Amino acid sequence: MSRLEELKTRIKEALPGLECVIGWQKGFDPLHNTPLFMRSEADVDKLEWGPFNVHNPAVYLPTLAGKKVGIVVKGCDSRSVVELLQENLINRDNVVIFGMPCEGVIDLSKVKARLAAAGASAGAASAVTTDGKTVSVTAGGQTVAMPLAEVRADKCGRCQFPNAVLADTYVGDPIAPAAPAAAADADLAALDAMSVPERMAFWRYHMERCIRCYACRNACPMCVCRDHCIAQSREPHWLTQEDTATEKLFFQVVHAMHLAGRCTECGECQRACPMDIPVLALKKHLNRTIHDLFSYQAGVDPQAIPPLLQFKLEEDNIKERSW
Amino acid sequence: MPVLTGKELRIVGFLCNWCSYGGADTAGVGRFNQPTDLRIIRVPCSGRIDPLFIAKTLINGADGVLVSGCHPRDCHYAEGNFYARRRLEVLKRFLPILGIDPGRFDYTWVSASEGQRWQKVVTVFTEQIHALGPAPRYDAVSADMLAKVAGALGQGGNRVAA
Repeated sequence: MSRLEELKTRIKEALPGLECVIGWQKGFDPLHNTPLFMRSEADVDKLEWGPFNVHNPAVYLPTLAGKKVGIVVKGCDSRSVVELLQENLINRDNVVIFGMPCEGVIDLSKVKARLAAAGASAGAASAVTTDGKTVSVTAGGQTVAMPLAEVRADKCGRCQFPNAVLADTYVGDPIAPAAPAAAADADLAALDAMSVPERMAFWRYHMERCIRCYACRNACPMCVCRDHCIAQSREPHWLTQEDTATEKLFFQVVHAMHLAGRCTECGECQRACPMDIPVLALKKHLNRTIHDLFSYQAGVDPQAIPPLLQFKLEEDNIKERSW
Repeated sequence: MPVLTGKELRIVGFLCNWCSYGGADTAGVGRFNQPTDLRIIRVPCSGRIDPLFIAKTLINGADGVLVSGCHPRDCHYAEGNFYARRRLEVLKRFLPILGIDPGRFDYTWVSASEGQRWQKVVTVFTEQIHALGPAPRYDAVSADMLAKVAGALGQGGNRVAA
């Protein structure tokens, strides 16, 4: 019995006691998987596992709070679940977590770039196969093989949590986290290398593309205000409807500041962005700051309190100014 | 044209009602000389200050922001300034990545009796902002600068021709 078959069996065993189980299924074409809400055994048979499961299903949990649901997670998704538990946004008794070891997910932009380089049209993928090392995509009558390590999401290259950090049912053998090949994040390193005025120009340049679709916010499992988001409220009126780079950047600042100490770097904001704006860099930078100041990493320990929800009388790393 | 045009910059000060606002008042009553660039906004507690107040102020063109509250362990509400300290420190370290000079924002603690200290804080901070000059604006970034950063992240984010 393959691991996926075993996972399906375990989900079917648990399904009678649950409202639904969230996972992934094949989408409109073989390259694009979509979220799956399993309510019957027939649904469970549609479940997919592999490098095309790019979404973070934890985003649906707060909307289903109060119902008993199951969720299938990759390592990074499980951190989001843990963070939601830490903040009491979901109840541990109401969530059943299924996990399997994850070998990384693809970055569709990179796959499309590969296809374009080979002269195949990315819009017409007819088949994909993967053996865990290589992804072969058939598009426009042409099969292009690409090593998974080269087309996977950037976050997978330095993943320290390939296994769910918290799981009720774990199928398969946990895999050891690989030593991070690239210690520094490329986007963060690029920003670090810039001067302050260059960074201002950088954000102005990227924010001009933003169409204010709020996909970054909607894909974020930690953005739980939903319809009450201050970006759209009139009272208080934080943002206008003006289409300026300043206004759009300020929305990103709102998003990033509200995620300070909570972001688990699942990368959904940037993946969901239709304009490919590198918004994750802001959150990564904040996470690095939080780590420097409070030696804290979000979504690892369900009992931990996020650093901005607590304080110490004498802070270890904050120096009092002497003026 | 007003006399102070070109001599003054726009600095916004968020002061807590119980200590720093009182401290500024003490300085005024004591007739200490102070620079007049600072516009004060009185808030109930430094813990009331959302870091986004400061981010919005700076992004929309203020030249500097000063936050002042009660000394740690001295908060009128016992622990507001402890939470504020964590948030404000995180914000201070976040500003440079946005392209805002971190010297344009500072936070400090001044109690109601410290008129002298308030005078020093305002003077030092105002001098600091004057040394930095008027704040550059996002809507006034030069075309040269935009062209320079366009290729900073590969093809501008992960953008590819689909």
